[in-house]
Amino acid sequence: MPRNMRNSVVASAIAAAACVCAVSGATSSAQAPAAAANTAHTLHVQGNVYMLVGAGGNITVQIGDDGVLLVDTGSAQSTSQVIAAIRTLTDKPIRYIINTSADPDHVGGNDAIGKLGSTIAGGNVGAGAGVGAGIIAHENVLNRMSAPTGKTSPYPTTAWPTDTFVTRQKELYFNGESIQVIYQPGHTDGDSIVYFRRSDVISAGELFNTLTFPIIDESRGGNIQGVLAGLNNMLDIAIPKAMQEGGTYIIPGRGRLTDEADLLEYRDMVTIIRDRVQDGVKRGLTIAQVKAGKPTLDYEARWGASSGAWTTDMFIEAIYKDLSKANEHANPAGAKPAAAAAKKK
Amino acid sequence: MRNVLRLFILALFVAPVIPVTLAAQGPRGPNDLSGEWAPLFHEDQPERIPGPDIGDYLGLPINDAARMHADAWDASILTLPEHQCKPHPADYSPRGPANLRLWREIDHDTQALVAIHTHISWQQPERTIWMDGRPHPPEYAAHMWQGFSTGTWDGDMLTVTTTHLKMGWIRRNGVPRSDQAVLTEHFVRHGDTLTLISVVNDPVYLTEPFVRTTNWALDPHQLIAPYPCQAVVEIERPQGIVPNHLPGANQFLREFAAKFNLPLEPTRGGAETMYPEYIAKIQGMTPVAKPGK
Repeated sequence: MPRNMRNSVVASAIAAAACVCAVSGATSSAQAPAAAANTAHTLHVQGNVYMLVGAGGNITVQIGDDGVLLVDTGSAQSTSQVIAAIRTLTDKPIRYIINTSADPDHVGGNDAIGKLGSTIAGGNVGAGAGVGAGIIAHENVLNRMSAPTGKTSPYPTTAWPTDTFVTRQKELYFNGESIQVIYQPGHTDGDSIVYFRRSDVISAGELFNTLTFPIIDESRGGNIQGVLAGLNNMLDIAIPKAMQEGGTYIIPGRGRLTDEADLLEYRDMVTIIRDRVQDGVKRGLTIAQVKAGKPTLDYEARWGASSGAWTTDMFIEAIYKDLSKANEHANPAGAKPAAAAAKKK
Repeated sequence: MRNVLRLFILALFVAPVIPVTLAAQGPRGPNDLSGEWAPLFHEDQPERIPGPDIGDYLGLPINDAARMHADAWDASILTLPEHQCKPHPADYSPRGPANLRLWREIDHDTQALVAIHTHISWQQPERTIWMDGRPHPPEYAAHMWQGFSTGTWDGDMLTVTTTHLKMGWIRRNGVPRSDQAVLTEHFVRHGDTLTLISVVNDPVYLTEPFVRTTNWALDPHQLIAPYPCQAVVEIERPQGIVPNHLPGANQFLREFAAKFNLPLEPTRGGAETMYPEYIAKIQGMTPVAKPGK
């Protein structure tokens, strides 16, 4: 390679590296320039809070003088990328992890990342209590991640929540701001949302994402009405700034950074689809008849999937099953819907 | 003779000034679009000012998904507090009561053009069109009502590319535009007239690019009033109610066709309805009867 060309390549590489450092180090706004490819990326949201994407589920990183607090830890295979990305932001110790659910792409890094941290403990708590970051989650997350005596747990004990709650919410004060961990079951029976009150950022967990219809995991206690309650409660918290841009930011479980208007569109969509399926259930339609009516047609190209782990069909079926149960409860045997009664004649 | 002498004397004073003035100007840049611009409504006035009728999708290159979305739209959704203060998105705000201000942001040291800003009267949306060659944000960055815009000059024409738009609308009767859309705009100034040619490409709801033109007249005396907005509870409802029409239940969809003595089919939109050839096809169709007839 000619020397002047080599110099040019070197100069370009230095310039590119400088750009990458500038971006991954601390991007300064909710609409920052593009970062390097194939790694976990960080984006400054506002206040003390950053969003870390590209490592499984989204991770919220809150940073301050007290250390680092994470909401979720991504997937197990992305742990080294997550740690490297956090270290571009701060060298402070990781003190707390909050899990919004027991999903593998949200708790996968608990073990490795938790071990690197140290929680603040002392007094009569006992020696070793401060080893590793404290892991906060609803009790049902611990139930899902552990196993009954004699059974094998899907996760090592070092990945389990160390501080669980069974009440409506748990509160903590860290890095100069109040943090609410609000129990909000819907995707599963263990979901929480996390609200950073001074930074004005909500971590939504899997109740809200910008890639797919909401995942309703019936096998782990999920249901459509819970998802909607979660979306509505987040809307109650979120307040937009002037000209309806920004204000409260919402970090979804997966996908891009959002604010109230994005959450509003998502809530409206899920409600409208729920209403359509509910109408079918009330009229006594079968699941096949409901699907034939294409209740998601206007949203499918944006949010749907015909293959993969969460298809449009699965979404409709989950709503239908959930609402059918509720309908049976509201209309016990003998009070059949009109269409079903007419069919029998 | 006296007049000739006067001209000669005047020329003596002016001649040295002209070259100096031109030299001070340096190289000539593109046409400056800055100023106060008053909207002209000779195009599409019924849609833009009174507002479109329910069920009027004429001339829109929409697909079935967009049609279903619009059919389900209930204007009562705008009574929900979270919907009340939404501004029009970048691609729609020039269409409404759009008194426009355009101004340049110049770097003090280099005198290079950094950005062009716009302000529009209704709900006060402001845009920044970056002219300094910066890249668009990554896909995981926030989407905004006004998106993220970069501009380039093609002679005197400003071409703007906007990504990172929020989910919006291309007609304010429920016809949607997705957050995946890309907006391309061309601003052209002819003296005291400004023309905007906008092109929306939306892989979710459109089958073809959607092209519109909008015009303004220069109005240096224009004063744009503030437009504060505060949401209120207009109708008390339980949490989570979203007004919408169930499929097949929207009884207003035929009103537009009946009002203008049109067949129903063209009012349902689609790319075909944009083109002049479609007029011949309408001739054989039966208009929708007015209610009561």
